Amino acid sequence: MDFIRITKRSDLPRSKEIIITILAVAMSIVFAGIILAVFGLNPFEIFREIIMGSVGTEMRIKQTIVKAVPLIITSMGIIVAFKMKFWNIGAEGQITMGALGAAWVAINLHGTLPQPALLLLMMAAAAICGGIWAFIPAVFKAKLGTNETIFTLMLNYVAIKFVTYLQYGPWRDPGAKGFPRIETFSQDAVLPSLGGVHTGWIIAVLATVFVYFFMKSTKLGYEIAVVGESIETARYAGMNISKIIIAAMLISGGLCGITGMIQASAVEKTLVYGIANNYGFTAIITAWLSKLKAGYALLVCVAFAMLMQGGDYIQIAMGVSSTVSDIVQGLILFFILGSEFFLRYKVHLGRAVEKEVA
Amino acid sequence: MEQNLAIEMESISKIFGDLKANDNVNLSVRQGEVHALLGENGAGKSTLMNMLAGIYTPDSGVIKINGKEARFASPKDSIAMGIGMIHQHFKLVDVMTAKENIIIGRKQSFFVKGKALSKSIKELSDRYGLDVDPDKKVYDMSVGEKQTLEIIKVLYRGAKILIMDEPTAVLTPQEINKLFRVIRNMKQQGCSIVIITHKLNEVMEISDRVTVLRKGKSVGTVVTKDVKVPALIELMVGRKIDLSIERKTFDRKKTLLKVDEVTVTDKDGKEALSGVSFDLSSHEILGVAGVAGSGQKELCEVIAGLARATGGRIYFEDENILGRSPRDIIKMGIRMGFIPEDRLGMGLVGGMDIVHNIVLKDYQNQPGILLKRGPCVEKAKKIVEELDIQTPSIYTPVKKLSGGNVQKVLLGREIDSSPKVLITAYAVRGLDIGASYKIYDLLSEQKEKGVGILFVGEDLDVLLELCDRVMVLCHGRVTGIVDSDKVTKEDIGLLMTGEEKEEVGA
Repeated sequence: MDFIRITKRSDLPRSKEIIITILAVAMSIVFAGIILAVFGLNPFEIFREIIMGSVGTEMRIKQTIVKAVPLIITSMGIIVAFKMKFWNIGAEGQITMGALGAAWVAINLHGTLPQPALLLLMMAAAAICGGIWAFIPAVFKAKLGTNETIFTLMLNYVAIKFVTYLQYGPWRDPGAKGFPRIETFSQDAVLPSLGGVHTGWIIAVLATVFVYFFMKSTKLGYEIAVVGESIETARYAGMNISKIIIAAMLISGGLCGITGMIQASAVEKTLVYGIANNYGFTAIITAWLSKLKAGYALLVCVAFAMLMQGGDYIQIAMGVSSTVSDIVQGLILFFILGSEFFLRYKVHLGRAVEKEVA
Repeated sequence: MEQNLAIEMESISKIFGDLKANDNVNLSVRQGEVHALLGENGAGKSTLMNMLAGIYTPDSGVIKINGKEARFASPKDSIAMGIGMIHQHFKLVDVMTAKENIIIGRKQSFFVKGKALSKSIKELSDRYGLDVDPDKKVYDMSVGEKQTLEIIKVLYRGAKILIMDEPTAVLTPQEINKLFRVIRNMKQQGCSIVIITHKLNEVMEISDRVTVLRKGKSVGTVVTKDVKVPALIELMVGRKIDLSIERKTFDRKKTLLKVDEVTVTDKDGKEALSGVSFDLSSHEILGVAGVAGSGQKELCEVIAGLARATGGRIYFEDENILGRSPRDIIKMGIRMGFIPEDRLGMGLVGGMDIVHNIVLKDYQNQPGILLKRGPCVEKAKKIVEELDIQTPSIYTPVKKLSGGNVQKVLLGREIDSSPKVLITAYAVRGLDIGASYKIYDLLSEQKEKGVGILFVGEDLDVLLELCDRVMVLCHGRVTGIVDSDKVTKEDIGLLMTGEEKEEVGA
């Protein structure tokens, strides 16, 4: 007999789920528009420019892809961990450590190996370093039951501060005219281009395919999903839970590490402490929005990369701060997470029930 | 002869989402009457009573208490009208004494008049034949004592109408008798009592009238002494059900499982099982009885390799499997099935479909790193067909199935691996009557095939009917292993409270 009643939905048809999600995205854009209008900007113009800025010319499309690549690979890494309900929010640190591993190989071994071998070795080093950075919290969680959320978060700062130390200290390039920077990679340590964009995009596509099949068709992927659903069931089925947690995190951290290698090799062409550039955090959002499905994540990451690129563009072209795109990102997350409530519950307004009975 | 009505509930409806939990339900309870509310799980009994207790508000319908229409906005209003509900899960504060639990939440002066309170509790106890020590802490109490305390609590608040939600579920036969004495006392003092239950023999014993609910509707109210059990079942289930369990006995048994002096300590360092020993043979169902929490869970889990023992040996045929993990046990090629108490939390993965739940027991034996689903799809189809599982498809997440079908998936998977030993913990908990008997039949069928079954159960009637022998646990000790043909429920009840086995002619 209350005015608003909330009841649990038993089942929701797929079409309705899609409508609710689209509605949520639309609402977030409307709200972003209102905020822009309040600040005296024309929302239609801004949105048009964001889209034009991200896909308007071939050059801009390439820029968008460059931004999508780290987001995609990192999201894949996060999906593997999140499927296990291991809240790895340490991708930022894992990317940084991956970049560090790649940089060490690039700086110390360039010229001694053919380019493909050098690049592969950089990638392996990156995967191992990123993996180790994820392995540490995984071992503590598996053996001692520590909280992985705090642990992975804190390790981000350790990684970033360590690279800062290297950049200002032992790895500082003496030939940089006093600038605190690490030496630029030689050309053979830089990922070649294919189709006008660095080959990181191929790695991103491969990572997506890998995670898709890994989760769907391997025993370990299955075990990760079972551990995520219920540790008790995993124990009951005779799974070695510690081993699974550690293996999953090595893969998760390894993928994030590869992101670091790509960013260092193809984008920065050196190691800087800000190499991860928030991709590790944005990828949490994209992984979550894609409901931890590799295929969806690819699409969501491209959409987010468009927003990022569009945001950068309006800053340059219109003098509007790129935080506009951050606002839109934030609102999308807010509305999508909010819409999950409507996916799970049904809201009745008014005294409709009494009509039914009468 | 028109008696005054204590409770009148007319055309009560309550809808949760798409589920009509109560659909035009009618109930009237006379003053000074014990009224049983009978129905299967999900029939809407608790929903109806929660509306009477002010926990839910009805979507439509009228509630009258002693002839006056009542609207409850919260449990407080209901208590003020003299209604008290004793929930299945006790709402007591463990670290407080009985006395403190009784006055908690009551409006009164800041300082508690301890002596006066003790005195009025004493008076209440004497009047109704209740027995509780006002200064005993709740955590020191047995289940029976806690229930007594709950009753005193509502009586102290002035309740004249008592609702009891499955009060006998956690009690031994002796405690049940005691409770029934109290109920009769209260009735003589003019209280009206509504007792929710699905145990028919208790309905026959204690109630004056019965209202039967089926699928959210009230299907009838009958005077208990004019009705027989089969008629009640038919009202409750909607069709006739054969409630006999056929028990065959077999010779040529061989011992499959030998549990020897097994001790398990829980995480607080208390012994959950102390020196438990027994044998389980082929062609045998060994029942395990005991008050809830007497070590049943630990017993099952230690055999399955999920709980760690601090001492003892468990021989499966000739191999000691104590201290082996479930993985080792699978790798040793030991064929043992386990139906745990928590089906969706331990036996199955709720969010995954039937196929992937069957993969769970199968994939360890697959070579390579890839997951092969093909054979499991076939198995899933076979199990769904053989056990008549009601599901939209084999790709439906199991948590969307009804309780009985979930249990069939679990049992089907365990039977499919043709186990030699099957351990089942509360295999029919939460299942309706039809599904329960289907499970008993399936277990008897396995026994006929030579499987040795450990059956942890709650319903003593069923234990005595289904099992060849019954082992009774009390505080983690075996107080007796008896032959089902030679003992009564009361004998088992004595063993459940820790009496020694010599007193029972086993």
